[in-house]
Amino acid sequence: MKIAIASGKGGTGKTTLSVNLSAYLAENEEVVLSDLDVEEPNSGLFIKAQLLHEEEKYKMVPEWKEDQCTLCGICQEVCNFHAVIQLGDMIMVFPELCHGCYACSELCPADTLPMVPKKMGMLKHLRNDKLSFIESRLDIGEEQAVPLIKQSQEYVEEHFSDDILRIYDSPPGTSCPVIEVTRDVDFVILVTEPTPFGLHDLKIAVETMKELKKPFGVVVNRHGIGNDGVLRYCEGEGIPVLAKIPNDRKIAELYSEGKLVYNEVPEVKQELDKIITYLSTLKQGGVQ
Amino acid sequence: MKEIVVISGKGGTGKTSITASFAYLGGADVVVADCDVDAADMHLLLQPDFARGEDFYSGELAKIHPDKCTQCGKCAEICRFDAISVVDGLHIVDPLSCEGCGYCARICPTDAIENLSMNVGKWYISKIKTGSIMVHAKLGIGADNSGKLVAKVKNEAKRLAEETNKEYIIVDGSPGIGCPVVSSLSGASFVVLVTEPSVSGLHDLKRVYELVHKFNLKAGCIINKSDINEKVSEEIEAFLREENILHITNLPYDEQFTIAMTNGQTIVESDSNGLKQKIADSWDKIKQTIN
Repeated sequence: MKIAIASGKGGTGKTTLSVNLSAYLAENEEVVLSDLDVEEPNSGLFIKAQLLHEEEKYKMVPEWKEDQCTLCGICQEVCNFHAVIQLGDMIMVFPELCHGCYACSELCPADTLPMVPKKMGMLKHLRNDKLSFIESRLDIGEEQAVPLIKQSQEYVEEHFSDDILRIYDSPPGTSCPVIEVTRDVDFVILVTEPTPFGLHDLKIAVETMKELKKPFGVVVNRHGIGNDGVLRYCEGEGIPVLAKIPNDRKIAELYSEGKLVYNEVPEVKQELDKIITYLSTLKQGGVQ
Repeated sequence: MKEIVVISGKGGTGKTSITASFAYLGGADVVVADCDVDAADMHLLLQPDFARGEDFYSGELAKIHPDKCTQCGKCAEICRFDAISVVDGLHIVDPLSCEGCGYCARICPTDAIENLSMNVGKWYISKIKTGSIMVHAKLGIGADNSGKLVAKVKNEAKRLAEETNKEYIIVDGSPGIGCPVVSSLSGASFVVLVTEPSVSGLHDLKRVYELVHKFNLKAGCIINKSDINEKVSEEIEAFLREENILHITNLPYDEQFTIAMTNGQTIVESDSNGLKQKIADSWDKIKQTIN
């Protein structure tokens, strides 16, 4: 079973839920946590584990070979992303804009733009007993998260069998990186906070999940602040609220130190139990 | 005209609440741009009137016309995004996978593939409750946040600020370090980093600052919820000194932020626990630094 933990608004507690849920589950079963918020990966700050393997991740970009170039301009014409530009008698490639479609390279009549690997980030594979943790980190200056997210998912697919529970910590928002993380999962947990910002961004996230035809549920974090807008919305829309994590300064303090909270705050453990019960019901209900 | 861009790396640090407060304090001198188009929330505090809206098109999506397609399969062969598959004997494009590179349309021997322009959202010019103008946008569901809509919002704000002789543009940027953030930062006179003293806050601050530094931009930092963890707060201050980043202020952890938001107000609209004065002093400090 594959679960994504996502949210419209940033800072609602995605990472807190991902690391605590994964660590708690891993007390009893094999779990893979994969941090796919590659722009700002934070789960690793909370997971104490042993590094098993790390590898550089590459994307393929064109590289200009001056000597054979006839300056015909086809490369510039076919690039929809302005990543290849002809300037006088030079061809300039902007790798950070390149989407790796190969059009310039393969349509060049003189073969002067071979595709070469360019580093875009790092992947780390760690383990602590039953918890496996995969962290992917985009290099600063790389603008596109999606290629690294794809390769990280492939890594998880290759290294773990299907019957192991996978938890994906998603980036915030509802644009392309989030779609990439959630499109192939069995269930999405949307984390929100009970405030007008939380509600507004939750509604967009819900619309996105409906568009993707993904089953999803909501976890309310910092329950007790703000107002009851989120709960009323979920009730009205028939969206299951899986858990309500209380608003507690202690949780914020533990989080700030990079500590797991479920062993220190009993209410958090109770709420995690509710999520686990819900997920196991789902699993028995046929989601694989 | 000066452009002040507020970013945070990590979400949930109070970036939008603080940006909206500056917008409120700046009043008529300021054009506001909400460039956090993927989770645009500033309108909930500044109450824009959505007076003028326009669709925004960016990027392309391949569409195969079955009447012209001979099912030769060349498109599927060259597509690096696995966006073309065969369903019931027909080649079709999966819109979620298509990157809009246009390669398939170029090599299709029967010209059966068309590139459709994509509507990625809507952008608005609004009057807000401070009497000034705000440019903002709504990104479409699952749309490609390539930074083009962000650039549109910023450029419109710039144009309006020039036309109406405003002194400042205040930009609410997006989280992360990817395309939308890069777009938000371009052309900035000053960057305000809003962070919180947690291990995640510090980690994300360092990453996003590396980006700011790469663009050679001047920056200042507000440590929000500074009393949540004094030790990490000190670490952040040390980092600011080391990197020569202006330490603008520390704000305490205070649920007044949430209460104000729940009332649809910026934190400076009521004088709660001295926060108003601290934020007003910060705004003055930023203005002094850039002028």
